[in-house]
Amino acid sequence: MNQYPGTQLKVILGMLPFVLILIIYMMASNARLAENPNDKLLPSFNKMGDAIDKLALQPSKRSGEYLFWEDTASSLTRLGLGVGISALIGLAFGIFNGVIPYARANLAPIITFISLIPPLAVLPILFIVFGLGELSKVVLIAFGITPFLMRDLQGKVLELPDEQLIKAQTLGASTWLVILRIVLPQILPRLLESLRLSLGAAWLFLIAAEAIASTDGLGYRIFLVRRYLAMDIILPYVLWITFLAFSTDYLLKIISERFFPWFHSAK
Amino acid sequence: MVSFSEVTIMAMIEAKNLWKEYGENIVLEQVNVNVEEGEFITIVGTSGCGKSTFLRLLLGVEKATRGELTLDGKIFPDEPDQQRGIVFQRYSVFPHLTVLKNTILALEFQQSRFLGKLFGQQRDDAEQQAKSILDSVGLSHALHQYPHQLSGGMQQRLAIAQALIRKPRILLLDEPFGALDPGIRTDMHDLILKLWKDTGITIFMITHDLKEGFYLGTRLWVFDKIRLDPHNPNRFGACITYDIDVGKTDSSLYQDIDHSLDTSRKVLVQ
Repeated sequence: MNQYPGTQLKVILGMLPFVLILIIYMMASNARLAENPNDKLLPSFNKMGDAIDKLALQPSKRSGEYLFWEDTASSLTRLGLGVGISALIGLAFGIFNGVIPYARANLAPIITFISLIPPLAVLPILFIVFGLGELSKVVLIAFGITPFLMRDLQGKVLELPDEQLIKAQTLGASTWLVILRIVLPQILPRLLESLRLSLGAAWLFLIAAEAIASTDGLGYRIFLVRRYLAMDIILPYVLWITFLAFSTDYLLKIISERFFPWFHSAK
Repeated sequence: MVSFSEVTIMAMIEAKNLWKEYGENIVLEQVNVNVEEGEFITIVGTSGCGKSTFLRLLLGVEKATRGELTLDGKIFPDEPDQQRGIVFQRYSVFPHLTVLKNTILALEFQQSRFLGKLFGQQRDDAEQQAKSILDSVGLSHALHQYPHQLSGGMQQRLAIAQALIRKPRILLLDEPFGALDPGIRTDMHDLILKLWKDTGITIFMITHDLKEGFYLGTRLWVFDKIRLDPHNPNRFGACITYDIDVGKTDSSLYQDIDHSLDTSRKVLVQ
């Protein structure tokens, strides 16, 4: 409990599980391929490289598109739209409910109710109402994470010390100015924090929606090639999705530290 | 032992038979008092004896249950406004704004009702005004620092500058120096006395330090419960049991007050 690893040792210890998994995979893959060179379950790294090379660097024979990048672009667009819309709605309602007791009394129960509906259960309704196009996928993401953001941000607003809000009023601020100059700027870094927490859920809803009804996208692709047991495509795609998820999270963290230094050093 | 100051026609603030109750709990009862413009009133009392409640009534975040609290003969506005500045023990400054921006904020609220932000010449003027007031509280070296980079004493200096920039008539101080080291507290006493003399503002200051109450200001109030029911401490409310012109006091009075506060403390704080 009282022994701490040095910086270098910490990095080595952290990398160790990754290396172990790689070695175990390679050993298992080699063993299976030695028995059956056509085995699809644990493809070799060469095979995966070929598959991605075909998808990412050569145009598709049928449509002339680079499928890997097309998939990435469609998925990120849906994710960005869904998360962006959720952030705006969540921010507006979170602040409104947090600052104005009448709004809170009026809206908090219905928001709690909506947040308890499992989003995937309403996916059929979304498909019926919004069709099978882009809209229903974006709406699913928004439906999935907006209630959480609204509740979370409302709570964050309520956590701002009362003293601050009273002080602002003694300085002559109207309710609108309290929201604009005191609450909003202090909630923005907390919004980024909440967004980072909800990104996992957003990816879940995105892939679910793409798996069920779509013609492109990362989720669509892995569910499509599942039929052919194409692990050589699925595994790199999963790694790529993980990398994208990690990057967006890291990006939000950097943005927050860059624009809200007071928030990070005050903690 | 209850004494009231003489009723004058010119009283700025008047409390007439003021009561504050929360359901069964009576916090304040029969508070009758007059305050004239420019007084510096220090308020002491055991916790739970209604000091803060009285300050909140003055601030406009609480309403009296019975009785009247008037400012220039009119009922107190029931929302905080720029006539009454406040400094709390903590959280009085805005963590997301630098010292200078914290200070011009009040001017921005005043001059830009929609955006709450000033630009160009107006902003320069506001910054000049802010700089001069920050200079008077000794913060001109820290204009572009954020509150978390300041010490506790400097944060309170900022809170005072912020509260004074719109020239309120009344300044409310809720244990403003309670969390500071003794040495810094002395500096803050000098500062607040200087600002009070320069501006002629009316100050109400709550303190838990009886010495501080005796040293600062022109008038000391002791909030205490005259009647105490040990089994139901909230059955009776507190009122002003001592109302003393500071400067006309002797040490035996200090002992008296100290002793009477001790007695209620034993009953109220178990």
